[in-house]
Amino acid sequence: MSTILILFYFLSAITLSTAFLTIYSRNPIHSAIYLVLCFFSIAGHYLLFNAQFLALVHIIVYAGAIMVLFLFTIMLMNLNNEDEVHKPRITRLGAITVFVLLSSALVLIFMYSKPFVGEYPTTGEDFQSIKKLGTVLLDDKDGFMVPFEFASVLLLVAMIGAVLLSKKEKPGK
Amino acid sequence: MNNILNQIGIENYIFLSVLLFCIGVFGVLYRRNAIIVFMSIEIMLNAVNLLFVAFSTYWQDSKGEVFVFFSMAVAAAEVAVGLAILVSIFRNIGSVDISNLKNLKG
Repeated sequence: MSTILILFYFLSAITLSTAFLTIYSRNPIHSAIYLVLCFFSIAGHYLLFNAQFLALVHIIVYAGAIMVLFLFTIMLMNLNNEDEVHKPRITRLGAITVFVLLSSALVLIFMYSKPFVGEYPTTGEDFQSIKKLGTVLLDDKDGFMVPFEFASVLLLVAMIGAVLLSKKEKPGK
Repeated sequence: MNNILNQIGIENYIFLSVLLFCIGVFGVLYRRNAIIVFMSIEIMLNAVNLLFVAFSTYWQDSKGEVFVFFSMAVAAAEVAVGLAILVSIFRNIGSVDISNLKNLKG
């Protein structure tokens, strides 16, 4: 068993357990902290793939921006008391049944379908450095220039929408 | 450059992503707090992103990673709008319990 494989199993155990604890813990603040740990372990997976730029962007966007947004919202709503009522028993049983059935079905499908065996192709050329990614993203012939611009428009619309939605309505209206 | 998948195998990543996605589905069904439901959706998005990167490495092609950037941009926009909606719901109703949101029920 190689070191890489041990590292993979370690990271996977952290990812799955923190993802489960995110859902299981009663306090939303604890959920957010566990979700940050989950995102960091996924960034570790990206580093295993040698995708450094993607790992950094993942940490900045998810663990930085999105989780700060979540934590601010939780604190704004004052939800850190554990007053959530449980769902009725039948709903919880249904959720657990769906989880077991879905996961076992998907895992068995991928286990019994044709497995990916043999050598993995190694072209040897660089495909995930910042230079190459920027070239692929902003190449004007077969690149992703137009989706890139659309993503910026989407972010602008989302920003305007968030401001409009969370603005306090004037009582006179 | 050595391909990392020679030592781990793509099927391990498929199983990890499947389990992570199923945990996200479980969270959406199990919890009533709308913020936790949002976090479960983030977990599902991350499972799919992880599989994108795994197959990008499998084909030694950077298009998969570029797609993950777009997926992250969409996730950030979705979280901003969704949390704004939640704040507005909390201001009007006083809780973010999704079983209280029955105004559209006929």
